[in-house]
Amino acid sequence: MNKTYAYYPGCSVEAIAASYHVSTMEVAHKLGIELAEIDDWNCCGATAYAHVDELLANVLSARNLALAETEGRADLVAPCSACFKNLYFANEHMLNDADLMEHMNYALEEDDLHYSGTVNVHHLLEFFVNEVGLDAIREKATDRLEGLRIAPYYGCQIVRPRKKGQVMADIEAPHFFEDLVEAIGADVADFTHRLQCCGASLVITNRKAALAMLREILESAVAAEADVIATACPLCQVNLEVYQSEVNHEYNTDFQMPVVYFTQLMGLAFGSKPKKVALGKEVVPVAKGLARKSE
Amino acid sequence: MTSATLHFDREVMNLLHASEGKPLSRCIQCAACAAACPVVDFMDHTPRLLIAMINADEKDEVMASNTFWTCASCFACSEKCPEGIRPAEVMYALKRYSIWKNQFQDGMVGPDFSRRFVRTILRNGKSYEPGYAPAFIWEGGFTGAVREVQIALKLLRRGRLPLIPSRIKRIENLRRMVGRIMPLEGME
Repeated sequence: MNKTYAYYPGCSVEAIAASYHVSTMEVAHKLGIELAEIDDWNCCGATAYAHVDELLANVLSARNLALAETEGRADLVAPCSACFKNLYFANEHMLNDADLMEHMNYALEEDDLHYSGTVNVHHLLEFFVNEVGLDAIREKATDRLEGLRIAPYYGCQIVRPRKKGQVMADIEAPHFFEDLVEAIGADVADFTHRLQCCGASLVITNRKAALAMLREILESAVAAEADVIATACPLCQVNLEVYQSEVNHEYNTDFQMPVVYFTQLMGLAFGSKPKKVALGKEVVPVAKGLARKSE
Repeated sequence: MTSATLHFDREVMNLLHASEGKPLSRCIQCAACAAACPVVDFMDHTPRLLIAMINADEKDEVMASNTFWTCASCFACSEKCPEGIRPAEVMYALKRYSIWKNQFQDGMVGPDFSRRFVRTILRNGKSYEPGYAPAFIWEGGFTGAVREVQIALKLLRRGRLPLIPSRIKRIENLRRMVGRIMPLEGME
């Protein structure tokens, strides 16, 4: 594969979710895929910009899309579900609304940019499953994670709102994450809350509500006898892992559920050393069994 | 026509330029949205009831509700509505209205958090958690604050907290871009 894809890292992977970025690069390298970071990309606006104004939120994504287009990329890949959702829907809105596109391009003039709407936006997880393919992943998985029970946690914005051409089954019964877990040789911990919200920024704005939501997800993963939860979004990872101690404090529970990025598990299956996929920065230590698999 | 003469459901819908949702008048009060909502237990009014209140033009009651600032934007409701209303987008519209009018229930953290986030991006072009998170450290009282510091230290020791904000190169251009959408003075 010689094609180069635009890579939009998003703010979180610069520090709090650095292990997502490191493991993404490692896995892409092993798969022979070139992810080229967009030069001078800006924040996607998270949910906060859309809380203030819709056009304001769209203009941030318009700049990132225009930068990718200017670099000659037809496809953009984002590892964070919130960034993905913002980029994907800003793109869709602009393509469906000529006035909005014109308005955004009027603003883009200030940065000598123009967007004509040629970029396709993908979430990293779907990109690996659909664009790279499960066969290619299976082929690289030389250190299959036999016996490890992984709970694939989708969260929200990777599947919702629904995207163009999708039907209800894509929203309510997706299986691409499970397919990926199986492709790297692990067992799927089929848990009830795989599509339930992690609480997102409520962890700051309404802590009690967020902890209640996190508790349910963790309980569900424990009930499914998961060894580890795999996430595909920095916010989900941070909420489920870093705030696990706060769930335990609030509810007198004793969760010790490791939560890692799916790319870290892919890397281990591809034979990468734990350090190469940035394992070791966890607040909830990864189970000994998981660490042993890679030694 | 001034906004004061508009029915509240029109005002809300006017804040939804890009959403493809159907008008709120189509709501059949089936409560599929409330059943799908993972955070409904923490809301003053269920999404179903809030839509009924909007349709009844009970603007003051709606604006005094914590419901829309409790929405986590998970979009479960929007995918369930049999009438094609997008309740999650309606919550966004109410948040916009609430910030625009500076009208929200006492103690809501969401509006301040959103404003601080917007300011951070206008300054740096990127997010910087240590720039706005400390403002909310006292939400859980003194013991809560101590726990917050402990979490921050855990992250710091693992190299997961950025020490200095990262800034994009063409921040001035980005600011002028944003200025073509909305006056910067209103946001800073």
